[in-house]
Amino acid sequence: MASTITLSVTRWRPDRSMPPGPQEYEVPLRKEWTVLDGLNHIKNEIDQTLAFRWSCRMGICGSCGMNVNGEPRLTCGAFLSDYAPGPIRVEPLANFPIARDLIVDMSDFMEKLPRVKPWVIRDDDVTEIDGEYLQTPEELDAYKQFSMCINCMLCYAACPVYGLDPDFVGPAAIALAERYDLDSRDHGARERLDVLIEHEGVWGCTFVGECTRVCPKHVDPAGAIQRYKLKAAQQTVKAFLLPRAMR
Amino acid sequence: MSDDAVVADHDVLIVGGGGAGLRAAIAIAETEPGLDLAVVSKVYPMRSHTVSAEGGAAAAIAEGDTLDEHAYDTVSGSDWLGDQDAIEAFVQEAPRELLQLEHWGCPWSRQPDGRVAVRAFGGMKRMRTWFAADKTGFHMLHSLFQTSLKYSAMKRYDEWFVTRLLVDDGRVHGVVAVELASGRIRAITARAVVLATGGCGKVFPFTTNANINTGDGMALAYRAGAPMKDMEFVQYHPTGLPFTGILITEATRAEGGWLLNKDGYRYLQDYDLGTPTPEPTLRSMELGPRDRLSQAFVHEAEKGRTLDSEWGPIVHLDLRHLGEKLIDTKLPFVRELCLKYERIDPVTELIPVRPVVHYMMGGVHTDIDGAAPLAGLYAAGETACVSINGANRLGSNSLPECLVFGARAGRAAASYASSAGPVPAAVAAQASDEVRRLERLLGTPPGAESVATIRTEMQTTMEDAAGIYRTGPDMAAGVDQLRDLQERSTRVGIWDTSHSFNTELVAALELANMLDVAECMLASGLRREESRGAHQRTDFRARDDSRFLTHHLVGRDPDGSPRVSELPVTITRWPPGERVYGR
Repeated sequence: MASTITLSVTRWRPDRSMPPGPQEYEVPLRKEWTVLDGLNHIKNEIDQTLAFRWSCRMGICGSCGMNVNGEPRLTCGAFLSDYAPGPIRVEPLANFPIARDLIVDMSDFMEKLPRVKPWVIRDDDVTEIDGEYLQTPEELDAYKQFSMCINCMLCYAACPVYGLDPDFVGPAAIALAERYDLDSRDHGARERLDVLIEHEGVWGCTFVGECTRVCPKHVDPAGAIQRYKLKAAQQTVKAFLLPRAMR
Repeated sequence: MSDDAVVADHDVLIVGGGGAGLRAAIAIAETEPGLDLAVVSKVYPMRSHTVSAEGGAAAAIAEGDTLDEHAYDTVSGSDWLGDQDAIEAFVQEAPRELLQLEHWGCPWSRQPDGRVAVRAFGGMKRMRTWFAADKTGFHMLHSLFQTSLKYSAMKRYDEWFVTRLLVDDGRVHGVVAVELASGRIRAITARAVVLATGGCGKVFPFTTNANINTGDGMALAYRAGAPMKDMEFVQYHPTGLPFTGILITEATRAEGGWLLNKDGYRYLQDYDLGTPTPEPTLRSMELGPRDRLSQAFVHEAEKGRTLDSEWGPIVHLDLRHLGEKLIDTKLPFVRELCLKYERIDPVTELIPVRPVVHYMMGGVHTDIDGAAPLAGLYAAGETACVSINGANRLGSNSLPECLVFGARAGRAAASYASSAGPVPAAVAAQASDEVRRLERLLGTPPGAESVATIRTEMQTTMEDAAGIYRTGPDMAAGVDQLRDLQERSTRVGIWDTSHSFNTELVAALELANMLDVAECMLASGLRREESRGAHQRTDFRARDDSRFLTHHLVGRDPDGSPRVSELPVTITRWPPGERVYGR
């Protein structure tokens, strides 16, 4: 194995007129190093001005998503040796505005997330807590996979629809809506459906399935979107046939 | 203060959006909805390090368990340095907090009948640790964050880095912060400030902690005149992966995992931790407390009974006998981490592990309501030292600590803010000073030092001076080295000239925070001429209650040097005794 590998890293500053472009760095090719380790080597040893987000380096905080050779990846889980002999293209996540170098502006997602009401909604008004809501392991399993989303934005970077229609709520937010809908403790499915039935809600999705393919936590947002479309379609049919109180 | 200098004024400002910060925020939003509330964090809240907690959260709720037993386990785990009034409040409020989180949607693992399941944990004599598989912190943080979105009036400053507390006439009036995206430096004023910025593991080279754990809140408080407490107590977790330092949760041992030396021998039996049994025994062997297990590792290495690796001595964690089904149900993240970062499968292979810096018992000195001895300043979570953890924290006590004392600090800060007066004009000058200071940092003076170089030297210094075993001369040498590094750090260069996401500037400010925190650790450690909990000195091997059954406070002298004083430990019902595990 060669002792070094080249990272071709996107550089861009908002205060300069030059468009984003690659800059090449040679980093040690060590078997235990990830792309993130390579970026940190650059920052600590070669070029302090390179900007990127990272924190937990164990695939749970969701900070370090970037496009690696065109694929959205958590760079803390993408090993340099898997890309040998290189070079490796490291770019900011696609479909987002670039803020600086490898950092994208994800404020659009942060604005959309509360719209799907990702919290427990109850019919009853519990004020005193005297015990847990019972939930069997089977009931937990019904929504568990959708609760694994780390908001890393890889699915948005992979989604061709989000790239074309920025109003689309997007895979992670819809998966989180479904996570609460499927939770036996929650009664808010109808409220969320009202939000997601809108044009920008679930209908934008054309079932490409890229979101599920790139998800590092196997959340299956595409499955969630499909389930929502079904619910929405049923609701639409009911809307034709039944008076509102009976839907 | 001119309007362009102040970005906004709030009643309560919370610094940090992890478990403690968000719990504080929700407590305020619920109890005092009329207050103007804001959360400022250097990362998006769901990136906070709470996300990495794995094993669980303790609260005495299962049948047969009692609050007194949880309290006693915590007191003895703390080597009697925890304050017993705080511990009693903690164990009493922890069950309600975990139930509250259940009502907010946290996907706790369940028993077949639908009730919340509990598991064993180190140093606990009952099964009382609630868990969400082995991603408990992740699920708690996202449940809190998503629940916080309900409160749309809550203002968030995501990716703003706080550089200074504004203090006038003995009261805190807000902060100065940099908006990372734009580089704008602004004052955010407030009647009360809650610090919830997490720990400071990055002071050391080898840690489970995330890149963001740089002791920011501790350093902010320290420089503003609020003392640190018990900073000599740094927890080494016995099972980290050798290169990355990634945590392998104590839940592996709670579920029945064994620690083996190079001969395949369960070596903990040689260190007064009990006798091996096939099934895990509570408060025994692999379920002993973290300080004792990490110390046993050092002795085992000295005897030549560990294995050599590229990253130093290691032992093995054996989960093979647990079987694939249990591992996939209760420890799926451990399997995922081992497969990814060690390329081994714990179902069939041994996991290489070694002790790793994990948690800071010390922090900003607060009372039982999270109040620091500086009016308007509160702290909670790992940033704070109430203290329930004393000289050694028990696993699964830190997550409920974030909830119990986050909520308490939030309520106390809200109550204070309701009665506090307006922000005095004098803080405007302080804010302007801070803006000038930060602007002066940009650039490269002649002979500029790099952040990375000084940071690495600081980490090496701390590993040498404040490891699992310490000596007076080692710590004194560390003090000298830190002083030298402090001096060199005044010449740190910032080569990055961009205002947008100047991560080099942030790293320089974080380094300054860590250097202050590191100095507090060694100053406290030198003063404590005994061995207690996580502070083990080979030149003072015994616990000495006659001299050191006391907290250490560290204040900052005008010249910047740390000054240590004492504060009595509160003993309510459990007089100091021997820590007994496995017998």
